[in-house]
Amino acid sequence: MSLWRPDPTFYPSPKMAMAAPPEKLAYVAMLNANGHKRPDALGVVDVDPASTGYGRLVGQLDMPNTGDELHHFGWNACSASLCPYAPHPHIERRYLIVPGINSSRIHIVDTKPDPKKPQIVKVIEPETLAARTGYASPHTIHCGPEGIYSSALGATNGDGPGGIFVIDHDSFDILGKWELDRGPQYLAYDFGWHLGFDTVITSEWGTPNMVKHGINPEILLKGGYGHKLHVWDLRKRRHLQELDLGAEYQMALELRPAHDPTRAYGFLGVVVSLKDLSASIWLWHRDDGKWSVKKVIEIPAEPADPEKLPPLLQGFKAVPPLITDINLSLDDRFLYISCWGTGEFLQYDVSDPFHPKKTGSIHLGGIVRHAAHPRAPKTELNGGPQMVELSRDGKRIYFTNSLYSPWDAQFYPEGVRSWMVKVDAKPEGGMELDPKFFLESGDLRLHQVRLEGGDTSSDSYCYS
Amino acid sequence: MTSIMSWGWPALFLLGAYHGINPGMGWLFAVARGMQEHATKAVARALVPITLGHALSIGLVLALAGLIQIVLPLGYVQMVVAGALISLGILRILRRRHFAWGGMQVGFRDLTLWSFLMASAHGAGLMVLPIVLHAASTSAMPMGHEHMHMAASNGPWTGIAATLVHTLGYLSVTALVALLVYRKFGLALLRKAWFNLDLVWAAALIVTGCVALVA
Repeated sequence: MSLWRPDPTFYPSPKMAMAAPPEKLAYVAMLNANGHKRPDALGVVDVDPASTGYGRLVGQLDMPNTGDELHHFGWNACSASLCPYAPHPHIERRYLIVPGINSSRIHIVDTKPDPKKPQIVKVIEPETLAARTGYASPHTIHCGPEGIYSSALGATNGDGPGGIFVIDHDSFDILGKWELDRGPQYLAYDFGWHLGFDTVITSEWGTPNMVKHGINPEILLKGGYGHKLHVWDLRKRRHLQELDLGAEYQMALELRPAHDPTRAYGFLGVVVSLKDLSASIWLWHRDDGKWSVKKVIEIPAEPADPEKLPPLLQGFKAVPPLITDINLSLDDRFLYISCWGTGEFLQYDVSDPFHPKKTGSIHLGGIVRHAAHPRAPKTELNGGPQMVELSRDGKRIYFTNSLYSPWDAQFYPEGVRSWMVKVDAKPEGGMELDPKFFLESGDLRLHQVRLEGGDTSSDSYCYS
Repeated sequence: MTSIMSWGWPALFLLGAYHGINPGMGWLFAVARGMQEHATKAVARALVPITLGHALSIGLVLALAGLIQIVLPLGYVQMVVAGALISLGILRILRRRHFAWGGMQVGFRDLTLWSFLMASAHGAGLMVLPIVLHAASTSAMPMGHEHMHMAASNGPWTGIAATLVHTLGYLSVTALVALLVYRKFGLALLRKAWFNLDLVWAAALIVTGCVALVA
């Protein structure tokens, strides 16, 4: 249904969105790691501090099939609906688009009648996705000015190329492959855009065949996982430029473009360097119409007793930080970084994007450290800070600890015991764990979090 | 030019103003261009192609109607126009696909084309047409039974004048709102004041069509 006035969760600019009311519910992807007997689920978490259910799972929607591997997901519509060249502000932010990265099945979930009891209203089967796009393993979901965009890791045979496809935001029909000219691009993972510059940035992981059995050391040591960014013309759907970090930098994953549409820069998280197992953050930026990329943060590996390391890492005698997710506050001021290997969550002031300043650190879990939560100070935790989501006002941060089941098994072979925590951010930098928020979910592994009404990575804006 | 009776001109102007006040029809784009360039000048610069595109869309429809009148009696033209208006209105209610073309980095040509396409997709010219046709039919009355029409009675001048008056109404409102929002009020008002004009618009198309049928 069309609304009479714009959806109240849409904001013209990121600055205005920072005044949005605090979220009361969070949705979280839950992977059933306990064999493939039971389906994955979408969880509903109470994040209202005034509620008696605060920090607890208050709803759970089981998927109709098993083995989906729910991963990332996103809203059907967001603030991009206000963009001047394709305005449709009277659409509702109501449906979650929830793909299975393993099954290539896409679930359309309605959160409206009862936000705590979301319901599946449509399932797009992998055969339909394959027939309409030739793609498989749908990953990142973003609502855009012209519809819902999704990245896909690869083609239907499990190889490349991966890319982007578009879903209609009214009918939820798959409209087709997005690219008209992909140039040299083959690997895919995340995508983000600078709407103010009609520019799309895409990143690289590996094809479904390269990732679904875990990290393949042979591919890795040859530098075969993704290490490039691709710049695209959003209007013409054409590849413009390739930005190569060098094959030493393996797995160029998460992209966080500046939210202000007049700022042409953004941050990329790279999982691991083959040289010294360090992880890094790169800044892409535009000068005189050309884009370039530069390393701005390097996080070193930590030496470790090989006996405490999983087989994959024993030869290295070190824990790699493994940057697996990042997030950028709506004022483009604070960058948050998840180091899934060392179990560290970092905050940097990136007001000057070329010279980030570290402003906060929290330890939780980790391959060697197993740092505990203040709520249960004696319980060693595994997994590490991973998918991170930030409230629009920048004050509350939520993160979970599971990555991707084949990779969980390599780095935490004892089996990731899942948790979700909340962090309070201080206005001028610094942060601390909320001792009252510690959600343990055991074998139901928590992955991406989406906040009711939108969050820092869900919306994009055409006005500054 | 006298073929449009006294209420016709203000009606054309007001219809222009009505088109102009719709955020989706241009002023919001001008504000966005200003914000992207951090300059009021960019707002003003964007208003030129936006207005030109709107005028072209209106002018084209009036010109086409003028040409059709050469081969078709006025009464039939009015019926065709009424049918088109009603169908477009119903289509806009049933099919909710919104207009999408262009991007944020648009030059003069693309912004003109965007505005032309946006106005055409909304049937802006069609909405103006009944006023001009009605004028043509009433001015034809006292002169007898021959098929009088714009093209023959006034040459293209009535159409051009109608386009200009309409565009003046459109431009005054679009420019005023764009500058006020950019310089003074800011875009927060969009959240409350951007009414779903699509439904009103569709209704306006249908009503105009019905009026054209009986008039």
